[in-house]
Amino acid sequence: MFWPIFLRVITSGDLWQASLQFAALLLLPALGGVISERSGVVNIAMEGMMLIGCYVGVAVTLASHSVLVGVLAAIIAGGLLALVHGVVSIHLKADQIISGIAINVAALGLTNYLNIVQTGGQGIPSLAFNLRLPVLSWGPLAQLPFLGQVLFQQNVVFYLAIVILLGLQFLLFRTNLGLRIRAVGEHPQAADTAGIPVRLIRYACVVASGLLSGLAGAFLALGVAGTFNPNMTAGRGFIALAAVVFGKYTPLGAAGACLIFGLGLALSVRLQDTGIDSNLLATLPYILTIIALIGLVGRTVAPAADGVPYEPGSAE
Amino acid sequence: MHEQEKTPLAQAADPDLAASPYAVEMRDICKAWPGVVANDHVNLRVRQGEIHALVGENGAGKTTLMNILYGLVRPDSGEIFVNGERVHIGGPRDAIRLHIGMVHQHFMLIPPLTVAENIVLGQEPGGPMAAYDRRRARELVLQLSARYGLPIDPDARIEKLSVGLQQRVEILKALYRAADILILDEPTGVLTPQETYELFDVLRVLSRQGKTIIFITHKLREVLDLTDRVTVLRRGRNVGELVTRETNQTEIARLMVGREVLLRVEKRSARPGPVVLRVENLHARSDRGLEALQGIGFEVHAGEILGIAGVEGNGQSELVEVLTGMRRATAGRMTITHTSGEQAGKTYDITGMSPREVRLVGVAHIPEDRRGSGLVLSDTIENNAILGRERWPRFAWARFILRLREIAQWARRLVGEFDVRTPSTRLPVRALSGGNQQKVIVAREFAADPQLLIAAQPTRGVDIGAIEFIHRRLVEQRDAGKAILLVSAELDEIRSLSDRIAVMYEGRIVDIVTPEASEEELGLLMTGGRPSEASREEQAQATGDS
Ligand SMILES: Nc1ncnc2c1ncn2[C@@H]1O[C@H](COP(=O)(O)OP(=O)(O)OP(=O)(O)O)[C@@H](O)[C@H]1O
Ligand SMILES: [Mg+2]
Repeated sequence: MFWPIFLRVITSGDLWQASLQFAALLLLPALGGVISERSGVVNIAMEGMMLIGCYVGVAVTLASHSVLVGVLAAIIAGGLLALVHGVVSIHLKADQIISGIAINVAALGLTNYLNIVQTGGQGIPSLAFNLRLPVLSWGPLAQLPFLGQVLFQQNVVFYLAIVILLGLQFLLFRTNLGLRIRAVGEHPQAADTAGIPVRLIRYACVVASGLLSGLAGAFLALGVAGTFNPNMTAGRGFIALAAVVFGKYTPLGAAGACLIFGLGLALSVRLQDTGIDSNLLATLPYILTIIALIGLVGRTVAPAADGVPYEPGSAE
Repeated sequence: MHEQEKTPLAQAADPDLAASPYAVEMRDICKAWPGVVANDHVNLRVRQGEIHALVGENGAGKTTLMNILYGLVRPDSGEIFVNGERVHIGGPRDAIRLHIGMVHQHFMLIPPLTVAENIVLGQEPGGPMAAYDRRRARELVLQLSARYGLPIDPDARIEKLSVGLQQRVEILKALYRAADILILDEPTGVLTPQETYELFDVLRVLSRQGKTIIFITHKLREVLDLTDRVTVLRRGRNVGELVTRETNQTEIARLMVGREVLLRVEKRSARPGPVVLRVENLHARSDRGLEALQGIGFEVHAGEILGIAGVEGNGQSELVEVLTGMRRATAGRMTITHTSGEQAGKTYDITGMSPREVRLVGVAHIPEDRRGSGLVLSDTIENNAILGRERWPRFAWARFILRLREIAQWARRLVGEFDVRTPSTRLPVRALSGGNQQKVIVAREFAADPQLLIAAQPTRGVDIGAIEFIHRRLVEQRDAGKAILLVSAELDEIRSLSDRIAVMYEGRIVDIVTPEASEEELGLLMTGGRPSEASREEQAQATGDS
């Protein structure tokens, strides 16, 4: 009973299309995590920033009747929330984990509250298709068997995510700015004495992580779900965090991790026909996360000054 | 080159000099940290093209003053002039713009990045938005390195370089930023004697090319060897501005400390007792898996100081780590025999013991890496003062509940006795100056009343007053019947303190000689030369005596 269904599922284009879509959803906040941690600021609040992105994206799209405006608003909302994290952890030098937890909890509460207030507890109905992020079909390419479905019929944000992935990999490891970002995350004193504006770079990187998480939220709400549900991010921001570590703090590495986790998520949905308890299946991506963290990661080394506020001019 | 400086009076008469402004002039600089005034109306005047020494005890405010000049610390008040112009230095970027470069007491290099990346960082060819041009960066570094005669491999990762080479990178970094005024904060503290000579040559060349150099050190011999003029600070105040040729070590020392300092150690000849530490055929590997110790054997007696001399990196660090339980021996045996106290006569095999167990059987340890393994930098002086002894009945009820009042009292006593300069024992150790951090460790380990004291580079980074003090204490401990193993890169220190000197080379003890052995002889042994007949005889004598 299990194996035939499993084989069918694993060879279907549906599964891989979904895997890639889930992976892209994880990839955006993961890239945010990479850039933030590379600059030395621990950001565990991608979950909350994504959720805010979901809500603001839907609310503004409904209000403005423009999905583009909605997406921009979601991105900005994520960025603003990240700015809060930046002020707390860079300027006030507070604990970055606590700040992250606070933001996650606040984002959850705030979106629930606004959702209830705005809809009188009814919930937001499904969005009309013209108010959703469209799927991009690549003409003849999309007609290819299997590959067409998997690679050339994805949401527009999927392709955007790939562009951002490659851009970020190049930025971090092939440009002068990337060198500076890595320097700031490894040894802020050294960067400072080399004349690099440590705080400015950290702010920019943290805000960038918020912008990316906000975009991910818009993708989830406006592209995948077509509506807003309370806590609809369902831990994706945290899996993204694991992908950051798993991927050794590099964009490409994180992308690889996201692929694995995306496959796990997609499998947990598609394998429901096999008769395995669906609740059990739903834990699959998370179990994969834990296995990845304890088993495969091993030698990942975080940037040396990750999570350490910069204190200029100490005694030595 | 500095003819005009023959006498201070001649300065005013020299028209050239009157016309040319100081490269750096700092006037009335004040800076207070919570509880300490680090700089109290400090003045500093450095001429163009000179090598200027800045000396003073630990905590005198040297680093603070230089951090102010480099823009890392904002002064509370005071004025800074560079080449005669009043300037505002709000951050390192301003300092770089003013052609000021600084080599910090603890290097400001990023270990996983390459030499070239570290050097061009912040001023990469092409500006921030451009792609990193690896080839151009290499070229620039090689040009610079050729121009100043500082050979370096631009593609090497910093973490793989020796301390001396890392320092070279720091200097190149400053020169890359077109520094005309170069600040070096205790550059020789971590260098081997050979590396120090090389550095001095480099600095002389730079000075001849017109660079102005400010040089901080605790070693007065270096002040005399290298510099043109000296500014002395004491407890945050100016106490002297001297012309190097017209002064001497004793005068500088007196100004620094405010009293006469004994630059020589006074000690009676040793009266060695029974063996305390016995090491047999010890083998161990280094971090990189190489054979760091290849069959080491020696003994340390109660009431003697055995010095370990050697060029750094010949297994000394590994030996100390193995002895203190921080590194596993791959073969061999080590035992500690108590010669005093309740357990006199009892012998413990410490091979394979954990660091805590080694401490418990009566070994105290002053580690060479004070920041890494000697102190918890973010913790208070109080807690650091009992580190490793926190379960003693004196400091804890039932080994478990800390007796805070006792601990505070204990810490205050040590701070007083060892002259640690700090306003409060509740401050984190991080807030102490480098030398004062060292004193906290020394105080703690001396106070432990051990059978064996292992002192690795015990005076690294501490001022002459403190060196005198630590040396005196070491001799006192010896005379009280303790066995002392002294590891030091300072040949002077080894020779003046040790009763016997074991020379290490490539993981072996090549010879054990008496302190009368000449510097040349030791130098030869340290570089793998054959032990001379004379020293063999001395060794026979020395071991025969005990
Ligand atoms: N960031 C800081 N916070 C608090 N106190 C500090 C700080 N930096 C320095 N101090 C204090 O200021 C005084 C001067 O310190 P500084 O580091 O300038 O001394 P130093 O002359 O360089 O000594 P050393 O030779 O030991 O390096 C010391 O008492 C030190 O404890
Ligand atoms: Mg200093």
